[in-house]
Amino acid sequence: MAGPEVTPSFSTNSRNRNEPLVAWREFPWWLVAIFVFLGVMTYLILTDEEVNQAFVFILPGITTTLYLTLGGFGLALVFGLLAGLGRISQNRLIRNIAITYVEFIRGVPTLVLILTLAFVIVPAVSDSIGINNRDVSIELRAILALAIIYGAFLAEIFRAGIESIPKGQMEAARSLGMTVRQAMQYIILPQAIRNISPALGNDFIAMLKDSSLASVLAVRELTQRSRLHAGSTFRFPEAYLVIVFLYLAMTITLSLLLRWYERRLRVGER
Amino acid sequence: MNEMIVIQDLHKYFGHIEAVKGVDLTIHQGEVVVIIGPSGSGKSTVLRCINHLETPTSGGIFIEGLHLEDKKTNINAVRAEVGMVFQQFNLFPHLTALENVTIAQRLVRKRDKAEAERIGMEQLARVGIPEKANAYPRQLSGGQQQRVAIARSLAMNPKIMLFDEPTSALDPEMIKEVLDVMLDLAKEGMTMVVVTHEMGFARAAAGRMVFMDGGQVVEIASPEELYNNPQHQRTKLFLSKILTH
Repeated sequence: MAGPEVTPSFSTNSRNRNEPLVAWREFPWWLVAIFVFLGVMTYLILTDEEVNQAFVFILPGITTTLYLTLGGFGLALVFGLLAGLGRISQNRLIRNIAITYVEFIRGVPTLVLILTLAFVIVPAVSDSIGINNRDVSIELRAILALAIIYGAFLAEIFRAGIESIPKGQMEAARSLGMTVRQAMQYIILPQAIRNISPALGNDFIAMLKDSSLASVLAVRELTQRSRLHAGSTFRFPEAYLVIVFLYLAMTITLSLLLRWYERRLRVGER
Repeated sequence: MNEMIVIQDLHKYFGHIEAVKGVDLTIHQGEVVVIIGPSGSGKSTVLRCINHLETPTSGGIFIEGLHLEDKKTNINAVRAEVGMVFQQFNLFPHLTALENVTIAQRLVRKRDKAEAERIGMEQLARVGIPEKANAYPRQLSGGQQQRVAIARSLAMNPKIMLFDEPTSALDPEMIKEVLDVMLDLAKEGMTMVVVTHEMGFARAAAGRMVFMDGGQVVEIASPEELYNNPQHQRTKLFLSKILTH
């Protein structure tokens, strides 16, 4: 990041001697604008009765939203790692299975996938392994759907991360007698995961937003609760502005944390 | 003397290019062999075939009589006995110097933490940088990194050490500290195969020198014979080019 810019000037007027302490050119006006919006919404929630009612009704959905996101992302990390390793496997069968998974998922809209996974794939699989598909809760279906979809995206991130580690690392590990698996686990992956952690963070934020798609399964997360509220009270602006506020408050917090973490990573490399 | 490394009619293709065209070489216990030759002569490839970082296209490599191309040979067990030092050091950047030196001991030699650290510290002391045990590779100079890399290999108690141009990536003032460690190792009787153009080291340590060109061994001789009385025109030409510097 560039420091405060020193503007070259040939004049000797007084402004030069009083250089501004903040580089206004780099000032994050965008963040101010977002905070103004969040502030106005907070004010409305506290003062406006209609907005407050919408807020009180919708807010409990945040637990489900977080539950979907954390569960879905945790599983997606497992799927993504396995598929990412599969993508670079020497075994042609494993490699092709992994590529099929990734390309299949990437070629179909997320919403369509969620519906298909929840209402077609999960019942079919659960029946075939002898579980009554009614016993598979709709929340669990949503989590599985999100995990399978994001697993395909994370697979590409993991693959890129592993391939970004110089070949000499694997060679050094192997020359010391480590197996491929040991070298992956102790040498390659720790470095790869550190490199891709910002990308993983971005996908976590993306999943937080995409968890709203679970509302089509009638999972009572934030979006579904605001649809219910809007449907029963006809207070559409209140219902939808409240979830805009809630999603934005979460994503902007996470993305600021991520920026801070990325900067720390870069300093650590020096 | 025991035959430690036997290379029989080694051929290696990269695509359509034949990098090594039939190399035979036998290296005995305690011997220091220096391989020289122009770039692209196949010397690094021969070295990398010795611990199977490259798989020979045809021919055989035997380490203490174990045939590496035999499917029954446990290549990881062989590699634990054959240390390798790289031009680019290849230290593990996410681990401290001591962790670099202990991780393979623990995973491959199955030593417990205390023993691995004791041996690791011994080896770091041997290469002269015990005080850097807790430093990360990026905090070390090139010469220090290469010495940690040597310690990392030595901590496995290998019977053979391979060096692939260990000083080529170093600033001139750091070359000596690495060569000194290698010289000590040679004096202690380690079996070593070294690809290098450091003629001072070759003179001081090498029992035999191998001159390679175009994927073949052109000449094998003692350092004195090779410098003073090279038998082949290609050897003379190569030596005249590098010795004028």
